[in-house]
Amino acid sequence: MADMIWLVPLIPLLSAIILMLGSAILPRLLIGLLGVGSVGLAALLTMLLGLEFLANPEPFQLSLWTWMQVGNFSPSIAFYFDGLTLVMMSVITGVGFLIHLFSTEFMEEDTSYARYFAYLNMFVAAMLVLVMADNLLLLYLGWEGVGVCSYLLVGFWYQDSANGQAARKAFVVTRIGDTAMALGLLLLFTELGTLDIQAMVGAANIEWQVGGTLPLIACLLLLGGAVGKSAQLPLHTWLPDAMAGPTPVSALIHAATMVTAGVYLIARTHGLFLLAPTAMMIVALVGLATLLMAAFTALMQTDIKRILAYSTISQIGYMFLALGVGAWTAGIFHLMTHAFFKALLFLGSGAIIHYLHHEHNIFKMGGLRTRMPVTFWSFMIGSAALAALPMTSGFFSKDQILLQAYQFSDIGPLLWFGGLLGALLTAIYSFRLVFVVFFGKANTEPEGDTGWRMAVPLITLCTLAMIGGYFIIPVADVFPVASGDHPAHWVEYVSISVPLLGVLLAYLIFQSRQLNVDRWVSSSVGQALRRFWLSGWGIDWLYDRAFVRPYYRISGLLKNEPIDAIYGLVVAINQTFNHWLVESQTGRMRWYVASMVLGLIVLLTLALQIPALQPTEGAS
Amino acid sequence: MVMINLILILLVGGVLAMLSERAGENMPRRVALTVVLLDIIYLLSHLSGMADLTQLQAPMPDDPSTWLMHFKAQWIPAFGISIEFALDGVSLLMVMLTLVLGAIAISSSWTDVMAKRGFFEANLLWTLAGVLGVFMALDLFLFFLFWEVMLIPMYFMIAIWGHENRGYAAMKFFIFTQASGLLMLVATLGLVAVNHSATGQWSFSYFDLLNTPMAEQTAHWLMLGFFIAFVVKLPAFPFHTWLPDAHTQAPTAGSVILAGILLKTGAYGLIRFAVPLFPEAALDFSFTAMALGAAGVVYGAVLAFSQTDFKRLVAYSSVSHMGFVLLGVYAWNELALQGAVMQMVAHGFSTAALFMIAGSLQERLHTRDMREMGGLWQQMPRMGAVAMFFVVASLGLPGLGNFVAEFLVLLGLFQVNPWMTAVAALGLITGAIYSLILMQRSFQGEPNAKLEGHSLTDFGRREMLTMAVMMVALIGLGLYPQPVLDMAQPVLQSLLEMTSVEIAP
Repeated sequence: MADMIWLVPLIPLLSAIILMLGSAILPRLLIGLLGVGSVGLAALLTMLLGLEFLANPEPFQLSLWTWMQVGNFSPSIAFYFDGLTLVMMSVITGVGFLIHLFSTEFMEEDTSYARYFAYLNMFVAAMLVLVMADNLLLLYLGWEGVGVCSYLLVGFWYQDSANGQAARKAFVVTRIGDTAMALGLLLLFTELGTLDIQAMVGAANIEWQVGGTLPLIACLLLLGGAVGKSAQLPLHTWLPDAMAGPTPVSALIHAATMVTAGVYLIARTHGLFLLAPTAMMIVALVGLATLLMAAFTALMQTDIKRILAYSTISQIGYMFLALGVGAWTAGIFHLMTHAFFKALLFLGSGAIIHYLHHEHNIFKMGGLRTRMPVTFWSFMIGSAALAALPMTSGFFSKDQILLQAYQFSDIGPLLWFGGLLGALLTAIYSFRLVFVVFFGKANTEPEGDTGWRMAVPLITLCTLAMIGGYFIIPVADVFPVASGDHPAHWVEYVSISVPLLGVLLAYLIFQSRQLNVDRWVSSSVGQALRRFWLSGWGIDWLYDRAFVRPYYRISGLLKNEPIDAIYGLVVAINQTFNHWLVESQTGRMRWYVASMVLGLIVLLTLALQIPALQPTEGAS
Repeated sequence: MVMINLILILLVGGVLAMLSERAGENMPRRVALTVVLLDIIYLLSHLSGMADLTQLQAPMPDDPSTWLMHFKAQWIPAFGISIEFALDGVSLLMVMLTLVLGAIAISSSWTDVMAKRGFFEANLLWTLAGVLGVFMALDLFLFFLFWEVMLIPMYFMIAIWGHENRGYAAMKFFIFTQASGLLMLVATLGLVAVNHSATGQWSFSYFDLLNTPMAEQTAHWLMLGFFIAFVVKLPAFPFHTWLPDAHTQAPTAGSVILAGILLKTGAYGLIRFAVPLFPEAALDFSFTAMALGAAGVVYGAVLAFSQTDFKRLVAYSSVSHMGFVLLGVYAWNELALQGAVMQMVAHGFSTAALFMIAGSLQERLHTRDMREMGGLWQQMPRMGAVAMFFVVASLGLPGLGNFVAEFLVLLGLFQVNPWMTAVAALGLITGAIYSLILMQRSFQGEPNAKLEGHSLTDFGRREMLTMAVMMVALIGLGLYPQPVLDMAQPVLQSLLEMTSVEIAP
């Protein structure tokens, strides 16, 4: 079985190629079968691999061929498989399969059905390569591959320029991070002589000191890639706009898999990060800042998908916080549970949007509880897990993160408090969504409720979002063991009760309206704050002024090639001389005679200046 | 003789193509394609007769008998000028690229050239012949001859079959290359004279002129003569201004040959002549050269972004991509040099394809202005998908040839100068910006209202086949570049060894 691991990414890739080549001739049924079936097959293979691995948990490596060999630089097309790989592959193929199935109904009416599944399959293949790669260069291939697929899918409905704009923004902003990461790769290879992850981490631990400059720079460059892909500060601005893509795409790429690639990257190279405590601290702080920033922003949004997008940014912030404090297992655990409940929420919102004539504004919804019961329960369970209410999957993972953050060096309690504030906000914004959309009076009448191809994925994900917390992920051998001691009991109690408080607040404000906040909101400070948070803290505005517009301006100024002016000058001088000479050709004899005489006089005068031609003094 | 035959087939083939016009309008292009394919078969048949290419021995740069092929005959013995050709892995790669892209160029002009087809195909074949001469001539006088000769048919192609502003573009192209060629001639004569005073022998042979002892100052000036000639052709910032005009105004086949092949003669000249003939001077100069390269990467990308003319945008992207070649050559280590060679090949395909797409659009829409385009994907999904492929290739998607090239250059460069690498890496970001805006303005967005009524036919079988060849080539180069790397490796290796011996005290 282990020798067949390359089939897992290959099957979706082949399916993508067939779909692309045959887009014009394949019948719709076959397109759906290929699209869903290929990912299903990959999921099945992953399951078999997993069973074999759990029976005999021995990591292995499979090398297919040497990608390129120049001097001692010889990265391979090779896969590495351990517990972490298994977790990631399961999430990608499992959740991926459900989302593909959902898509067959969601995209049913679309004219570019084949193109959609081709892109989606290609994405799965690239994402699998990313997590299976044995070396950082192959990982980078997957990394860029998912970026391009994300670009293609965000801009899937290309006729609308706004979608194209969002797609380009997503690609370019992440490319900024990717470039930092590429520089990191260059540095790592130059210093350590290999990009094979296991060998490289080994070499780093021999050659580098803990706290040295090189590991710090290397880790920060990798972190650059991670914050780009995982939409963390300061490169998070692309994710809310990326919601322009079809909603199942948002579920798969912009919630469950691709955006967690940065978390995976840091977890995979944790051996390097352990050498750079400063870098880890920065990871934790980036995570904390992001989770708070995004949670406040989510509170103000009115577009259902933007709420979920900011929520995703915020939850990945928790994962970064976990990585930063060395809670590797908790971070990956949260990655998995988040994939379940956030995919669930996105698919649920997809169902709403699908049956509500593409309505995105939550205040134009309402009362959907009785009309779309499957979707309602999906949202209830998904939001409960997102808010980390006890017994849901999100509770187990987030609780672990908060407790381990509390124990982290001196600033632990501060990180814990920040995370807790985030948890409160999370509970408020997620149940604000539930109360506004599903309760109250109906503003728009839905066309029906989900068919089976939508219901099955929703129900399956509901189950996973509920029980996912009881899974034990097989990463014990991958990460160093966390310390066994627990913080004081009160810390634990507070961590558990804060989300409940959040739900209560949401209920009082948005459902029973016993708590009236209108006065605060309508005050001038409240209004300013609302606008500030609604705009995502003005970061887009800032980037627009600081980077986008200057780039347009510079490019526009240079457009007509200023350097050509220099060559133009040479031409102009030539032409001027030419002009003079042409003028002098008058054809009049007296002009010619006069100028000859004048020339003669000048020559003679010059000759008198030359000493050798002077008559010698005193000569007889 | 094989090398001379390769050139002669093209020269004679050009005459035949011209004459064949009498036999019918469609004959010249068929004759031309046949001639190029024949040339390819001829080359391959001789290669298969030779030793296994994957086990090329390292050719000694200064000993022609170790090269793959070598031919020498007296020409003007009084000045030591001979007809000397030689072939090693790098030149073989370039020769193959020239012939393949030549065939592709003929296919790309299958329907868009309507007037004087016979003379057009003849010029195309003669340009190819000139380029082959440049890649194989190792007598410096002969090299100069081919260098100048390849310009003339190219000039005609732009001046006769070009677009609205062809006269200006053709003249600009000609003057830039001619003027810089003159510098090379002066430098060549200077080098020969220095060699004569050292050895008492007149010789223009590359093999004799290597290792010519000379004063530091002399070496600097002579090196500069070669350098400028080659970077004008490459082109490097700030000598690139002829290129956007020439590319934009040339007919499609002309742009394909210009971008795909002619630019590579500049890169080839740097690797073959400018550095090995003056290793110490080149080393002293390397920082400046790399700075020009890095500046070109960024400058070309920034300018590409603001262009509204499809072809002009692609032309500026070439300036950016060729910056990587300059960086690779002057970083002068194995990784970077391999990257530079790889970039020459990969860029040949990706840019040729983009120019072909531009040509196809112009044929259908009668404009290159992207403000008149938009939403073309809807009516021409095949062309859109193909364009998307080459756009992501050109922005350096891993798995395709251009990525291997750029990554190797950056990796090699990083070992020499990390800060320069960081600047050059900005090209990855700016490259994405202009590449994606190209797709947006032409194929994506709402269908342009001005296009209503135009019947836009999608790519047909001939076009898809041509594109498929280039796609397969780029995927192959991206996932298994080893055959190309192996071909260049022994040559680069021995060049590196020779120059390091030279430089060592």
